Amino acid sequence: MSGTFLGMPAFPKAAREAVGDERLRANLRHATHTIRDKRARAVGELEDWEALREAGKQIKDHTLRHLDRYLVQLEEAVTAAGGIVHWACDAAEANRIVADLVKATGETEVVKVKSMATQEIGLNEALEAEGIRAYETDLAELIVQLADDRPSHILVPAIHRNRGEIRDIFHDTMKNWGRPAPEGLTDEPAELAEAARLHLREKFLRAKVAISGANFMVAESGTLVVVESEGNGRMCLTLPETLISVVGVEKVVPTWRDLEVFLQTLPRSSTAERMNPYTSTWTGTIDGDGPTAFHLVLLDNGRTDTLADEVGRQALRCIRCSACLNVCPVYERAGGHAYGSVYPGPIGAILSPQLRGTTSEIDASLPYASSLCGACYDVCPVAIDIPEVLVHLRERVAQGGPAVTRGEKVVLRPARGHAAERAAMRAARWVLGSPGVLRTGQRFAARTRRLHPRTLPGPGRAWSASRDLPSMPAEPFRDWWQRTNGGKGEAQ
Amino acid sequence: MRVALFLTCLNDTLYPDTGKAVVKLLTRLGVDVDFPMAQTCCGQAHYNTGYRHEAEPLALHFADVFTGYDAIVTPSGSCAAMVRELYPRMGERAEAEGRGGTLSAHLAPVVPATYELTEFLVDVLGVTDVGAYYPRTVTYHPTCHGLRSLGLGERPYQLLRAVKGLELVELPGADECCGFGGTFAVKNADVSAAMGADKIRNAESTGAQALCAADNSCLMHLGGTMSRLKVDMRPVHIAEILASTEERSAR
Amino acid sequence: MSSREIVLGRIRRALADVPAGDHAYADAVTRDYLREHGTRTREETAALLAENLSEYRAVVHRTDADGLPALLARLLTERGATSVLVPPGLPADWLGASEVTRVHDRAASSAYELEKADSVVTGCAVAIAETGTLVLDGSPDQGRRRITLMPDHHICVVHVPDQLVSSLPQALERLDPARPLTWISGPSATSDIELDRVEGVHGPRALEVVLLGGR
Repeated sequence: MSGTFLGMPAFPKAAREAVGDERLRANLRHATHTIRDKRARAVGELEDWEALREAGKQIKDHTLRHLDRYLVQLEEAVTAAGGIVHWACDAAEANRIVADLVKATGETEVVKVKSMATQEIGLNEALEAEGIRAYETDLAELIVQLADDRPSHILVPAIHRNRGEIRDIFHDTMKNWGRPAPEGLTDEPAELAEAARLHLREKFLRAKVAISGANFMVAESGTLVVVESEGNGRMCLTLPETLISVVGVEKVVPTWRDLEVFLQTLPRSSTAERMNPYTSTWTGTIDGDGPTAFHLVLLDNGRTDTLADEVGRQALRCIRCSACLNVCPVYERAGGHAYGSVYPGPIGAILSPQLRGTTSEIDASLPYASSLCGACYDVCPVAIDIPEVLVHLRERVAQGGPAVTRGEKVVLRPARGHAAERAAMRAARWVLGSPGVLRTGQRFAARTRRLHPRTLPGPGRAWSASRDLPSMPAEPFRDWWQRTNGGKGEAQ
Repeated sequence: MRVALFLTCLNDTLYPDTGKAVVKLLTRLGVDVDFPMAQTCCGQAHYNTGYRHEAEPLALHFADVFTGYDAIVTPSGSCAAMVRELYPRMGERAEAEGRGGTLSAHLAPVVPATYELTEFLVDVLGVTDVGAYYPRTVTYHPTCHGLRSLGLGERPYQLLRAVKGLELVELPGADECCGFGGTFAVKNADVSAAMGADKIRNAESTGAQALCAADNSCLMHLGGTMSRLKVDMRPVHIAEILASTEERSAR
Repeated sequence: MSSREIVLGRIRRALADVPAGDHAYADAVTRDYLREHGTRTREETAALLAENLSEYRAVVHRTDADGLPALLARLLTERGATSVLVPPGLPADWLGASEVTRVHDRAASSAYELEKADSVVTGCAVAIAETGTLVLDGSPDQGRRRITLMPDHHICVVHVPDQLVSSLPQALERLDPARPLTWISGPSATSDIELDRVEGVHGPRALEVVLLGGR
């Protein structure tokens, strides 16, 4: 089963290994650049893209500002349509609810539609501990599960693997989970997809219980929406007798009509298609078609804490398209695993420290895992200003301050390891706060310039290990300005 | 029009030639530019590293120094973005913290008056041909704040294309970040260095003699990378190209 | 306190900053995006649907009511199908010219039985030209969701222009969320290997679309 994120090292350390892994960098570079250009074309087709983006942002913001009302409305509609709604404050509670529901059916295996929420709560591991085996049926999730690996991308959890590696994983491990890979399997993507089709088919036909997430929940009708490509979602949503959907509370939208925005922006942003191959919508249980029992588990797990932060709450608009990952220069080089969470990339860097808090080493380092270049904000289909939230969270890490943890107001202390930086920032502010002090410093640096090395020892090595230092000029500009009367006293 | 040069603390200390170039260029274009000696720093590094409260006194000082000028011109896309985009946000955050509108009001006059150099040339002075001469092959890196926060767009390219003798070649992957990112360059040095090396490889592939940008912070990172990788190319600020004439060619 | 009360309580406390007079839903969203992209004649809309379906590797045919039985018979023969799944309300004459064994989806039919069928023929609720999408809503001519999932070959018949709309907003207006909907845009596909699209995973790997009438 996929490994745990607990005890992850801070981002810079994890990223260093990835930067040095040539094959990983080549895989990520190839995949992200492939999708980047396609996305730009798919988005460019819609002349009203900016209006759709703004509407998506507004719908999500409005929903979040009245989240209690819409969740209650959703609950009523789902219940009226024959579904049963459960509420879970945290991961442990959600896992217990799901495990109990599966056990009540008498089954010991379930098939799963790819779902970020169940990854986030570690559902597969929790079910395993209860003697229930969960089979991931999305191709990329299958690759990750077979390889006993961790996901590294929101849309394509096995993006760090190339076709040759996938072939080897299928060849070596499929036999341990069920139908073995076909003889003579090559690394042709079509053949790999065929191998997955055959391997999973027997599981789909046998399954009595399925577990899914949802991309959207419509409050007024109680409808759930799953957007997918392969048809594994359709298999899970229609063949088994019992369907359990675990969905974050922020996934609700007020009306059916609101889907007209997101079903245009999500596919173009994620797989760069006009429309993904399959979208399924269902409302409760339907007589004679599909599961006879439907359970909806509404998940908090840090979302309400995020909602309490006026700057950070915009992260809850996220529709998990992963466009921000695909354009991020840091993600491209550090890879998804360095983020220590099922949510990697720019959105992960603002989501994980809010859902989990900033106390662990990895979560305290994530807000700094960005050069603030802003490419993520540019492509976000719900206009999340990721750089703004990153800087806001840096403040929380560096300076502490008020926050909400598990529903309780707390005042956070500055994170450990920032004391020297804080002192340096104060000192810099003192120097820069007065032109006289600044000038004294500049002059000292200029006069001693022949003594300056091109590389630095100690903490300065972080710069000079890969870059030479600029040479110090003979005088700072302000001295030149004064000496020459703004250049007027100098021959032009 | 009263025009002030906000050179930035980095340029003042490490890149005085860029400042001299701006003065020379603006003077040639008939602008009488002032350099208020009390200027220091806009506070960007503090703000972006998570020390907003340390950045506030620097922002207040900036406003004290520059309020009253009709235009505040800076040869730095990121510092211009700090003033224009983030000063208003600092004011909003102070209000949200229950500190009232004092900070907003204090910073308000300098926000709309601040221009990045190429914006000032194209939008305010209305010139794209500044009469420059620079007989070299140049590729241009549009830095992130210039590209996305300020939306400089075509302005730098228009200015460069009008320079006599200059051959402008397209930079592959131009809109990708160079990896500087302020304290990011040291906090995540490995990723930063990898981004810088990729940018340099792209620049090298163009065969250009000079890599031009409108921000010396990015050029410090890129120049340091070039020097370490022993790449035969020079980093050059756009102001130095635009200031250069047939009589007196820059570097 | 139940978890329901705890979560709702946390939400209400988290939103303490939201002013009481916050916008009603009707005023909260500026919908100045387009209802459809461009203006087209009916024929151009049908052509766009065909083009977009083809781009995602669906095979598109056009015929009229008289030609439909022969066309369906030919498509099944060319596919080499020996059995075809039929929804309960499929017009009787559609398969009138075909010899292929019909398999009926009964409530008691198991997935194992249905999987043995080579092909399935259905109608459609709405087709969206701009995105190349077919929407099935479980009406009698479309059947349960599973029948268009298990066979490897799906032929979907679209009445043109009655079932055709230009855009996604127009489609949603026509659809009833209470029904189980399946939106299909081309055959099953995946982008999971190197983020490059390849067709064919779990759903039908061959999708053929017949645009009926509309000439």
